[in-house]
Amino acid sequence: MASDHSNPPKNFREFLQHERSYMIVFGTLLVFTGITVAIAQVDLEHDYNMFHGANMTLGLIIATFKATLVMLFFMHLISEKQLIYLVMGFTFFFFTGLMGLTVWAMLDYPKLTTFFM
Amino acid sequence: MEIPFTSKARPDTGLYNAKVAIWLFLASEVMLFGALFSSYIMLRIGAPEGTWPLPGKMLMTFPGAFNTAVLIVSSVTVVLAWASLKFGNFAQYKKFQAVTIACAFVFMGVKAFEYHDKLTHYAIVKTDGSVWDGHMVQQDDQSVTITIHAHEEEGGHDHDHDHAEHAHDDEHAGDKHVNINAYLGVKGIKGFEYNVDEHGHHVDGEVTIPRSEIAKITNYGPQHSTYLAIYFTLTGLHALHVCGGAFVIFMIWGPLAKMWETDPERYINRVEVSGLFWHFVDLVWIFLFPLLYLL
Repeated sequence: MASDHSNPPKNFREFLQHERSYMIVFGTLLVFTGITVAIAQVDLEHDYNMFHGANMTLGLIIATFKATLVMLFFMHLISEKQLIYLVMGFTFFFFTGLMGLTVWAMLDYPKLTTFFM
Repeated sequence: MEIPFTSKARPDTGLYNAKVAIWLFLASEVMLFGALFSSYIMLRIGAPEGTWPLPGKMLMTFPGAFNTAVLIVSSVTVVLAWASLKFGNFAQYKKFQAVTIACAFVFMGVKAFEYHDKLTHYAIVKTDGSVWDGHMVQQDDQSVTITIHAHEEEGGHDHDHDHAEHAHDDEHAGDKHVNINAYLGVKGIKGFEYNVDEHGHHVDGEVTIPRSEIAKITNYGPQHSTYLAIYFTLTGLHALHVCGGAFVIFMIWGPLAKMWETDPERYINRVEVSGLFWHFVDLVWIFLFPLLYLL
């Protein structure tokens, strides 16, 4: 985190060292992008006898991890003011609700289709 | 009347106005994209068997992965630009933000290339029931000419591979491979025999089809399939956000940069707020890339 700005770095190299958390996150995001692409090249369910939808689950877990890194470090949510956390708390609640409703509707889908047909 | 808390933070919340505003705006953006992601899930679940493209087959992976890297680079340059200003290094800020703007152009350039590829890619059903799939070369009132690359894997149809392994395996074809005819709404045609001439040979190169022999013609635009409809909707809306974010960052970086001399604190706030929006754009793409390109 770029928390201490009272002592300016003398040169670019020192600046990057001072902001190394950003550089670490940057590298991690690139590495996990590569991992996401690599995982998509194999069929985990059939080739590695994993559970149904393993590729999708793992892909979304990695995407969520990457998004969390962006939010925590680049968007500074790791050390934000309480009001921002409140806003994000409401957002999380409604977003989770929306996805929950989607899953609910998904589970109902075949039944509804049959009903309307 | 002077508006309070544009530069200094409000004592009780510790936040300046724009910071609260951008987070409220981002909250609404989360719900906007959330609704579209929800639509994506429902459309995918509800798609008739064989009509949703195989993972990694409809879109080219490399441009998508490249654009992901471009947005990640731009995200780090945005935050480093802000940190540079915090240290009072305006020249360094200008350089970092110039890279950000350049990344936005690169991203949109790649996106334009991908869109162009899809919009010039056509599937044609002839009156004899045969299906032809390739990129448009030219068309007029009399005929349509497309070029077929038998070895290309994009477009959802790995021609040679499909033909070699599954052309005569209809019972498994439906659940393992997307049936091109299902996209086209053609009934009574089974399997994957397309780009095949009357002698049963796979065609490679340019093919000219008279208009009188065409029963149906469609490009790979949003109207082609449910998948492409949600693909264009999601990526189109995201691309608008990229353009909007890049425009604001450019305005602060260029024409409005004089504020750095008159009110540096407020200027840093503007850079931070525009940066927060940019990170959100990156965040959305982090989910779009695997969902649309890979999974």
